[in-house]
Amino acid sequence: MQQTVEQGPKLLQPQGRARLRSSAVLGRWSLRGVALLYLGLMVLLPVAALMDRGFSGGFGALRSAMSSFGAWEAIRLTVTMAAATALVNAVFGTLLAYVLVRMRFPGRGFLATLVDLPFAVPTLVAGVMLVALYGPNSPVGGFFERHGIHIIFAQLGILLALLFVTLPLVVRTVLPVLLELDPAEEEAARVLGAGRWMTFRKVMLPALRPAIAAGALLAFARALGEFGAIVIVSGNIPGRTLTAPVFIFQLVSQFRYPEAAAVSTVLFALSFLLVLATERLVRQRTDVFWS
Amino acid sequence: MSIEALDRAPVPPDEERLDVVRADNADARRGRRVRALMLAAALLYVSVLLLAPLGGIVYSALKAGLGTIRRTFTQTDVLHALYLTFLIMVITVVVTAVFGVIVALVLARDRFPGRRLLSGVVDLPLAISPVIVGLAAVLMFGRGGWFEPFFTSHGIQIIFALPAMALVTIFISIPFVIREVVPVLEELGTEEEQAAWTLGASRWQAFLRVTLPNIRWGLLYGIALSAARAIGEVGAVIIVSGALQGKTETATLYILRAFDQRQDAQGYVVALALALFSIVLLIAIELLKRRRIKEKG
Amino acid sequence: MGATIAVERLVKRFGSFTAVDGVGFEAPEGKITALLGPSGSGKSTVLRMIAGLERPTAGRITLAGEDQTLAAVQERRVGFVFQHYALFRHMTVRQNVAFGLSVRKEPKATVRSRVDELLDLVHLGPFAERYPHNLSGGQRQRVALARALAPRPKVLLLDEPFGALDARVRRDLRHWLDGLHRELGVTSLLVTHDQEEALELANRVVVMHLGKVEQIGSPEEIYNEPATPFVAGFVGAANVIQGQVQDGHLRFAGQALAGAGHIDDGGAAQAYIRPHDVRVSGTRNNGDSVQASLERANNLGWMSKLHLRLDDGQTLIAHVPNEDLGAHAAGDRVWVDLRNAKIFAPTDGEAPADTADGDIRAAV
Repeated sequence: MQQTVEQGPKLLQPQGRARLRSSAVLGRWSLRGVALLYLGLMVLLPVAALMDRGFSGGFGALRSAMSSFGAWEAIRLTVTMAAATALVNAVFGTLLAYVLVRMRFPGRGFLATLVDLPFAVPTLVAGVMLVALYGPNSPVGGFFERHGIHIIFAQLGILLALLFVTLPLVVRTVLPVLLELDPAEEEAARVLGAGRWMTFRKVMLPALRPAIAAGALLAFARALGEFGAIVIVSGNIPGRTLTAPVFIFQLVSQFRYPEAAAVSTVLFALSFLLVLATERLVRQRTDVFWS
Repeated sequence: MSIEALDRAPVPPDEERLDVVRADNADARRGRRVRALMLAAALLYVSVLLLAPLGGIVYSALKAGLGTIRRTFTQTDVLHALYLTFLIMVITVVVTAVFGVIVALVLARDRFPGRRLLSGVVDLPLAISPVIVGLAAVLMFGRGGWFEPFFTSHGIQIIFALPAMALVTIFISIPFVIREVVPVLEELGTEEEQAAWTLGASRWQAFLRVTLPNIRWGLLYGIALSAARAIGEVGAVIIVSGALQGKTETATLYILRAFDQRQDAQGYVVALALALFSIVLLIAIELLKRRRIKEKG
Repeated sequence: MGATIAVERLVKRFGSFTAVDGVGFEAPEGKITALLGPSGSGKSTVLRMIAGLERPTAGRITLAGEDQTLAAVQERRVGFVFQHYALFRHMTVRQNVAFGLSVRKEPKATVRSRVDELLDLVHLGPFAERYPHNLSGGQRQRVALARALAPRPKVLLLDEPFGALDARVRRDLRHWLDGLHRELGVTSLLVTHDQEEALELANRVVVMHLGKVEQIGSPEEIYNEPATPFVAGFVGAANVIQGQVQDGHLRFAGQALAGAGHIDDGGAAQAYIRPHDVRVSGTRNNGDSVQASLERANNLGWMSKLHLRLDDGQTLIAHVPNEDLGAHAAGDRVWVDLRNAKIFAPTDGEAPADTADGDIRAAV
C-alpha cells in the first residue's frame, strides 16, 4: 500500500493502517468533546437559565426589583463582610505562610495540617462550632455576652465564620510563592546592611504582592458566596446580619424566583469578575487552591 | 499542605548569623523578639480561629452525654440522613473522578482555542455561591424550567429528589479533582506515555499502566477533597431538595433542622461526626501518600 | 535481522514554521546511521516522524519495504530511546524492560527469560528490582536501551541518547553502544549534535541543517569531502579564507589556491581548510606556500595550536604535533602550506554560525 501524504492534512481514503491513525485522532476529539460537554452542561446552561430569569424584565425591572425589598442592604452587608475578611486574612494568612516556611519550631507540621482544617470541615459544621463556642450557653460565649460583646447573631460572628472558612485559601496561595523565593536575595540585602523590616519591604513583599492579592481576592469571592457557616451563626436579621446568599435562599423558599434570580445575577456578576481578576494575577499555575 | 513541600524549601537564612553582620547585639535581640512575636501572633490567631471552635464542638457534643449520642445514632431520620449523605458522596466521588480526570487531561495536554476559557470555567463553581447553583438547578429542572417537560414525560423526577442533589454536588465538587490532577499531569509530561506507545501499548493501555499510576496520589487527594466537600454541601442541596424529612434530608440539612427545632445536642453530635469523618479521610490520604514516598526511598 | 528505513521528501510544518523541508535518505539494514546537525536542524522531528510520534505534513516513510507513513506508533514495532530516558518511574527495572513484552501478552516465562537476557546484555542484572530514581544517568539509559530492545524491534531509533549525560559517561556509553551494535546488528538511526559521536559510531552520516539534508555519506566522506560550507564548518574544525576567484584559483594574500574551477571568475569565494592540514615551516617549501606571522602558540601536551596571521590580515589556526614543530617563536615569519582546501562560492550555502570546534571562527 503505497501512499504518499501530499501537502496539507488532506488524507487519502483511510485504509488499513491509516484507519488506525484516524482512530487516534478520534480519541483526542472525543476527550475534547467530553470536556466541552462538561463546560456547556455544567456551566453555560445554568448561567443562561439564571440570566434568563433574572433579566426577564430587562435591566429596569432588575433594578426596581433590587431596590424594593432589601436586596441592596443584603448585598452591601455581604460585600462589607467579605472585604473585611479578605483584608484580615491577607495579613494573617501571609503571616502564617511566613511562619510556616521561614521558621522551624516544634509542632510546625501540626500547624500546617491545622491550616487545612477548614477545607475538611463542612461549612455548616464550622458555623455550629462557632455557636458551640460563643453561643449564650457556653462559658466563653456567656462571658462575652455579659460584657456586651455580641458574637452569635451579630456581625462579629459572621466575620469569624468567614475568616475560618477562607484562611486556607490565602495561606495556600501565598505559601508556594514564598517557597520559591530565593533566600540568597534576602541574605544579599542583609549583608548590604538592610534591616529586617526593610528587607521584607523591598525584597520579599514585591515578589509576594501578586500572590497575596490573589489570595485575598479568592477569599473575597469565597466569602461573598458563603452560606452554610453564616446561616447558623448570624441569626439572619434583615439589614443587620442577613447576607445575600441567605437572602436568596429565603426568597427561593418563598418561591419568589424572579427576585431570587435578580439578586443571584448581581452576586454572580461580582464573583465572576473577581475570578477573572484573580486569574489575571496568578497566570501560570492555576492550582492556587491546592498544593 | 504537605509537609514535604515545606521541607523541600531552601533552608531559611540563618537570622542569627546575619545579625552578627550588623555587629549590633541590641538589634539581634530585637530581631529574635520580633520573630518570637510573629510566631506567637500566628499561633494565637490559629488557636482562636480554628482550634477553639473545634474544641467547643467536641465539648458540646460530649457534654450531651453518651446516652444522647447513642440515641442520636439510632434515630431513623438521622440514620436516613447519614445514608443519603453517604450515597451522594459516593455518586459524587465516582462521577467527579471520571469527569475530573478527563477534563484535567484536556486542560493539561491539549492546546486548543478555548482552553483558557475552559480553565477559567473550571474555577467557576468554587467562586459562586452554592445557593446560586441551587437556584439555577431549580430554574432549569423545576416547574417551568427548560428541561422539566422532558424529564417529567419520562417519569424521572429531578428536583426535590436525589438526581438534583447529586447533580449540584457534582458541579460544586468537581473542581477539586481537576485542580489536584492538572499540576501532576503537567509535571509528569507525556514522554513516559510516548515510550509506552513505542513499546506497543495502545493509548488506553498506556493511560492505565503508565499515566494513572503516576497521578494516583494527586487523584486520590482530589477525590478526598471532593468527598469532603460533598459531605459538607448545604447551600445548593437545601434549595433543590426541599428538605423533605426522611426522604431528601441530608446530614447537613438534619443539623440545620435540629438547631431550628432546639435539639441542639443532637445537632452537635451529628456535626461532630461529619467533621471527624472528613478530617480522618484527609489525614488518611496524606499519611498514605507520605508512607508511599518513604517506601519508594 | 534489521530493516531498511527509507524516508522520501519528508516535510513537517508547525503552523507557519517549517521544521523539516523535503528530507530524504536511506538507513541501510543492520547499520548505524547518524542524523547529525545542530539544534533546530529538524533531526529529532524526522526521527519522531519515523517512530510515529509526529505526523508528517507530506512525504513518505518506509520501514522494511512497508509504507508506514500514517501507521500508528504501536504498529510500527520500532525501539525508541529518549534523551531523558522516559523510564516508567513507578516500575522497577525489570518491569520497565518487560513492558513491551507484557503489553503484547507474552507468556510470563518468555518474558522473564528475555528480560534476564537483556539485563545481562546491559550489565544491570543486580539492579533488576531497583527503581529508576535509584540509578545513575548512565544506568538509566542502559535500562532504556534494554527496554527498547526487548520486543525485538525492526529498527532502533535513538534521540540524542547521551545528551543528558556528562562527558565521561557519554564516551563510555558510546563505546559500549558500538560494541552492542556489533553484537546485535539492529538497524539503528541515531540523532546527535555531537559530530565526534556521529563519526565514531555511524556507518553512514546524514548531515542536516535548517530542516534540509546537507550531505549524506560515510564519516570519511563527510569529513574529507564536505559538499557544502555548512558541512565543512560543522563537521570537524575549519579555517575559512576569503578570496577572489581567478582562473580556477582562489587568490588571497598574494597567493593562489587551486580547486576553484567550478566557480566563475571574478566572484568572491571561501576556502575551508582543516587545522591539521595547515603545514607550518620556517623555509619556503614550494611555490604555493604563503607567508604569515606567528602570533602565538598554545602547547596542549602532544600538539600545539599555532595562531597565524596572513599578510592580508586573515587569521589561521594550525594544529601541529609537537614532534613536528620547528623552533618558532611568537612574532616569527613563517611559511604556510594549505592542503586539501575545499573552495565554495557564497551561493553554495552558509557556514555554521557555531563551528563544532569552538576556537575556529570564520574570518570575516
